[in-house]
Amino acid sequence: MSNTVPGWLTGTLTRAHPLTAAARSITLAIPNWPGNDAGQHVDLRLTSPDGYQAVRSYSIASAGPGEEIELAIDRLPDGEVSPFLVDELELGDTVELRGPLGGWFVWRPEQTQPVQLIAGGSGVVPFMAMARTHASASSSVPMQLLYSLRTPDDAFFRDELSLLSATARTTWHYTRTVPPGWSRTAGRLTAEDLRSDTLSPERAPLTYVCGPTGFVETVSRSLTSLGHAPDTIRTERFGGN
Amino acid sequence: MAVFGGRRRDDNPALPPGQHLTESFPVLSAGPTPSINTEDWEFFIHTETGQTHRWKWDQFLDLPSEDITVDIHCVTSWSKLGTGWRGVSLDTLFAEVETGFDFVMAHSYGGYTTNLPLDEILDGQAWIAYEYDGDGLDPEHGGPARLLVPHLYFWKSAKWVRGLVMQSEDNPGFWEEYGYHVHGDPWREERYA
Amino acid sequence: MDHLDGNVLAGSTTDLFVFEPTTAQGQCRSCADVARLGQAMVYGQPMGFVARCRNCDSVLMVIVQRPGQKSLNMGGLRWLRVVDRATTDRIPTRE
Repeated sequence: MSNTVPGWLTGTLTRAHPLTAAARSITLAIPNWPGNDAGQHVDLRLTSPDGYQAVRSYSIASAGPGEEIELAIDRLPDGEVSPFLVDELELGDTVELRGPLGGWFVWRPEQTQPVQLIAGGSGVVPFMAMARTHASASSSVPMQLLYSLRTPDDAFFRDELSLLSATARTTWHYTRTVPPGWSRTAGRLTAEDLRSDTLSPERAPLTYVCGPTGFVETVSRSLTSLGHAPDTIRTERFGGN
Repeated sequence: MAVFGGRRRDDNPALPPGQHLTESFPVLSAGPTPSINTEDWEFFIHTETGQTHRWKWDQFLDLPSEDITVDIHCVTSWSKLGTGWRGVSLDTLFAEVETGFDFVMAHSYGGYTTNLPLDEILDGQAWIAYEYDGDGLDPEHGGPARLLVPHLYFWKSAKWVRGLVMQSEDNPGFWEEYGYHVHGDPWREERYA
Repeated sequence: MDHLDGNVLAGSTTDLFVFEPTTAQGQCRSCADVARLGQAMVYGQPMGFVARCRNCDSVLMVIVQRPGQKSLNMGGLRWLRVVDRATTDRIPTRE
């Protein structure tokens, strides 16, 4: 059965802080929120004074019980909703939400397989929820994250991922600009990178891939060429706006 | 308190009811973009007597074509005014076609379909367009060629058009079967069935 | 807009299904592939959700929302099977 609450809930912005120059973490307080699993998302709805409505899906960066959720919003250049959420939404303002949604792209501590997470850009958001859940459950299941991003300035939650590295190690991969002293050059994630930086098929991992559609599909194809069975790969494609 | 603005409400008389202007050219597709080689491309008109008129790409480009500037309106509420296309008029393609049927079903590479009345794609109302804004039509916008019927909602301007089949009734195509209006006139806001 | 996947169907089906849809399994009527709805390729937004088979691209399901109405067409699925959490969490095998 789904844990989704029927209808639309109201979330109030209680905390916000910048993640990067183009992204913001927002915390919403939602009365009657049932809590959520790591990897679930919400549909967020905005209504303009003339009645026009826009709905967008956002992965939840937080997980577990409680009546607050954290979202990480990336401001997209031609976006209709994201610029408003990043630049304009103020403390005390409300938005409508539907959720928690999803059950496939979810990780629960009851799962026994080793976990490989592969994030493209803002695709790291559901993996924050998974890494946090993994840590707070003191799970002994191996979990590691390969985080592909353009430049070091684009990183979400860098400090927290560092803190989590004892239980879930992050491998950073840069596609445009590397930090000073970095031993590798910048470039797209290749099958060879995946082979050296992710759990091999012999470890029988469950691999989650999240990010823009092109990233997800290229990585998935590379993973199957490395020998991963397709049904051991779960994907979530992010859209625009 | 921040107020979500949504779109600009325009009083532009060139905009049908419920539409707003966009500077971009959003891409909407019911399925994957087909990959079509112009060497294999063919456009057909198939009539009820079993006659099929066909044009391969080179023959198609040899036909008289027009540069046209039209406004286009998407049912999802965006409009673009003054878009420039080059294409072959359906009047040219239907010149030798004999049919007693009043409706057509447009078929696209990839399987998309949409229905239209014949009298709304003749008399300078429709083209098979192969250039947009001075360049070859991009695959994501329907290239190598798409149907262009600007007086109806843009889902009727079938991307990757492959041919037209005459039909005796106005049988619904893809979106029309799933709840969109069988005619689709933006000036009468014929969005849904 | 790039296509997405069946994970986005979760929201618009909350008032259609009681079960969690992305973990539900379905069989494609065209090619007989069995997959989770979360694994379908989803096109068509914002006119609607057109969920296509990950294997053969045939249409599995279409959801169109209009003011006051929501329609669901599932003709492309031969069947749909609701799977509980424990089964979903198990090591995946060929289905």
